Amino acid sequence: MIQFFKDVRIDWLANRRWFIGISVLLMLGGLFSAVGRWATHHQPFNLGVDFKGGTVVTVKFKQPPAAEVIRSALVKQNVRDAIVQATDKPDTLLIKLPLEGESQAEVETGRALVRAALNSFGPEAKPDLHLMGDPNGVYEIVGTDAVGAVAGAQLRNKAIAVTLAALVGILLYIALRFEWTYGAAAVIAVFHDVLVTLGFFSIFQWEVSLTVIAALLTLVGFSVNDTIVVFDRIRENRRLHRRDSLYKVTNDSINQTLSRTVITSGLVFLSVLAMVLFGGEVLRGFSLALLVGIIFGTYSSVAIASPIMVWWEQRIEAANRAAALTFSKPSRSGVQSQSNTAGPGRDAIAPQAGKRSRGASRV
Amino acid sequence: MKKKNLLQRAIIIAVVTLLGLYIVIGPRHRPSLKDFGWSGIKATLASNIHLGLDLKGGSHLVMRVKTEEFLKHLTEGNVVAAENAAKDAGFDVKSAHAETGNGSYRVVVEAADPSKAEDIKTAVQKKVELGDTSVWTYAQSGNQLTWSMTNSAQRSLADNAATQAKNIIDSRINALGITEPLLQTHGSQSSHQILLQMPGVQDPERVKNLLKGESRLELVHVVSPPSPAPSQTYATEAEAINSVSSGGALPANRRVLKYVERMDPTSTTEDQSREKRTKWVVVEAPAIIDGSELRNATAVPSRAGGTQDFEINFSLKKNGADKFGAWTGSHINEYMGVVLNDEVQSIAFIKSQIFDSGQIEGRFTKESADDLALTLRSGALPAPIEYLEERTVGPSLGQDSINAGVRASAVGLALVVLFMLIYYRGSGINAVVALILNMILMMAGLILFGATLTLPGIAGIILTIGMAVDSNVLIFERIREELRTGKTIPSAVDQGFGRAFITIIDTHVTTIISSLFLFVFGTGPIRGFAVTLVIGLLVNLFSAVYVSRTIFMWELGRKEKVESLSI
Repeated sequence: MIQFFKDVRIDWLANRRWFIGISVLLMLGGLFSAVGRWATHHQPFNLGVDFKGGTVVTVKFKQPPAAEVIRSALVKQNVRDAIVQATDKPDTLLIKLPLEGESQAEVETGRALVRAALNSFGPEAKPDLHLMGDPNGVYEIVGTDAVGAVAGAQLRNKAIAVTLAALVGILLYIALRFEWTYGAAAVIAVFHDVLVTLGFFSIFQWEVSLTVIAALLTLVGFSVNDTIVVFDRIRENRRLHRRDSLYKVTNDSINQTLSRTVITSGLVFLSVLAMVLFGGEVLRGFSLALLVGIIFGTYSSVAIASPIMVWWEQRIEAANRAAALTFSKPSRSGVQSQSNTAGPGRDAIAPQAGKRSRGASRV
Repeated sequence: MKKKNLLQRAIIIAVVTLLGLYIVIGPRHRPSLKDFGWSGIKATLASNIHLGLDLKGGSHLVMRVKTEEFLKHLTEGNVVAAENAAKDAGFDVKSAHAETGNGSYRVVVEAADPSKAEDIKTAVQKKVELGDTSVWTYAQSGNQLTWSMTNSAQRSLADNAATQAKNIIDSRINALGITEPLLQTHGSQSSHQILLQMPGVQDPERVKNLLKGESRLELVHVVSPPSPAPSQTYATEAEAINSVSSGGALPANRRVLKYVERMDPTSTTEDQSREKRTKWVVVEAPAIIDGSELRNATAVPSRAGGTQDFEINFSLKKNGADKFGAWTGSHINEYMGVVLNDEVQSIAFIKSQIFDSGQIEGRFTKESADDLALTLRSGALPAPIEYLEERTVGPSLGQDSINAGVRASAVGLALVVLFMLIYYRGSGINAVVALILNMILMMAGLILFGATLTLPGIAGIILTIGMAVDSNVLIFERIREELRTGKTIPSAVDQGFGRAFITIIDTHVTTIISSLFLFVFGTGPIRGFAVTLVIGLLVNLFSAVYVSRTIFMWELGRKEKVESLSI
């Protein structure tokens, strides 16, 4: 029997300052990149046409001309800032026209402009014959994406709104099934994943398209998934080991589920890697976002969500204890007895102390 | 576990599996043996699964009806009507104009004599729709009479215009014979956007122009001395305007239109100057008849011109024909013009009373005449449209995406299967069976709900593989844990499933919640992703929990005493 992790006893929570520090650094890195690029290029992200507006024409050639030649042909059509971009196929090029101003006209004419420019190299293949079937055809427009400023802004706002709405939905469900501190911790962790992933997109200037948003939402799902597995175990263990502190229970729960966490994340990582390698150009942004997201989603459910939840519960506990102390002095003995079960020198709490037993008794 | 229970479970699983399999690869017609060969299955699969535009190729257009133009037009029409009504009642009007912009639409009439303002209001409201208080609110200050369109009327009129535009676009698309087009409102209702998807249309240029085409046909009275004098034309616009008014302001009942006179259509020489002879004519406003009175319009070969030339025959509805007949009867020996989109196409001399038909002459090609006739038949758009989004995918690009998606899913699935078999050995087979069943039932679900499979949808399938295998990992790890605590094998399996089930429910519900948000608020491709994910997760509860459990039960039930479990 192969078993990756057997009887692990890592004190995850002892390193929480490190974990959170690393995450904050990563997020700051993304933030710096975004702010820096915003200051220098006025765009924190390399937004695709979906969000920025503009036209992308995918052209297949028999013999692709040099990018420079295509650009000068476009200049003759009064298109100045065109970008000619290679794809993973040598005979296919992307020609990108930025959107100028607030005008909608480009959505209607982008394809025609590119066609007019390309006709200087020879005729387009007849649509019913395709490039390979038409001996006279020199090129074929195989796809266009033209998005106007209005539609771009609409898609952008919608993407943000959907992401936030999904997060709120998750928060509510976890709050209902666990405690609201659990829900908040899970959502903070997921938010962190999204920010870190977006940071990577800003640093490496990967293009942010509609499918990247879908990927972000998927990663939200996966990250919450991982977090819930740990939380579920914490909930179960608190019921089974009522004498143990939350600190110890959390560490134990993370360790007990570690095997599953690593296997699942590893397998998802492999599937996503297959997408990056074999999914072609169209799935690239999506799979890159997921690849980064899976790594940090797994990391955050262990290293961010649980520490935040424990810290929060401890704060609430401390506040309750302080309140209890002012009302009834004798309860001090109860507090003292906890130090026996507490983790190594940490300010741990026992579930039976004060009113804070709901985490253990409620399902 | 009881034998009877096991049998019952086995039957349920068998029925669901066979049903799912049939939904996926079963033909929708009476099946023949050929349908179950390799190529037969491939063909049925292709016809059963709805592919999205990004996979099968086609055009995706989002357009907006410029309803503000409609409201503006409406307001301007009322200005002309109000001024005429006031003058017909014998009042002097200093000026009349429309104030539009910033979401307000106003008709402003200035009376020459402030004391007559109230009388003018009465006269106008009697004849013109400005009296409708649900649409217009009236205000007066000094000699200025103002009618403002209410906000609720703006909204409902704009909504109506958008709906009407959609219907007209619908009839134009149908007339073009595009297969399986999808036309629906897009975004919120107040955004007046329309989404049009046309599978298989690779170059939407003609469709786009056709939809935008505002073929407004009008038959007008040309202001000109009666025949036998030739119809009065002017060389410049200014000259035409000056002929009816001094100071350059046109009276409300006159319009100056461009008129491109054509040479003798029988001459076959390609005379380049033919199109250049632009003239201007003065016509009466409003038109005698407009496009809404059209009954039919067809493109026919030109009687006079060469074989390449086409013209358009039109006929009028009953009401229009009556109106037209009455008018032509009283204007014999005068000139009338056929106006298309504010340009005079031809000027005809009225020899006798005409009732219900006419021609639009010109040198049209077959295609342009067909398109023009079509736009005339379907009626004029109430407002112009603009395109916000255009996406086209050629069939080769779509096929590339399918190949890439299938390749990525196959590699991903193979890696997962390999790992499960190595790591969990015998129980890995359970997981693999559950995974394959999951894929089949997910496809069946997609077909059953008529959902479309898009490229992000394929990504959703890959992620479902991930979630499905997670359920198995959760269960197996839990069983291993239970075994380590010294439990018997049956009770470890029992406990493992029981404990892991709670977690599986929680993880599935959260993901389904976020997917539902995607589905409800997301746009096209994102929705496709959400649909596959939700279906896949629901199926997974069956395949990873119920089916996998049954296989364990069967395994454990075979021997009297279970000593080892391959996990």
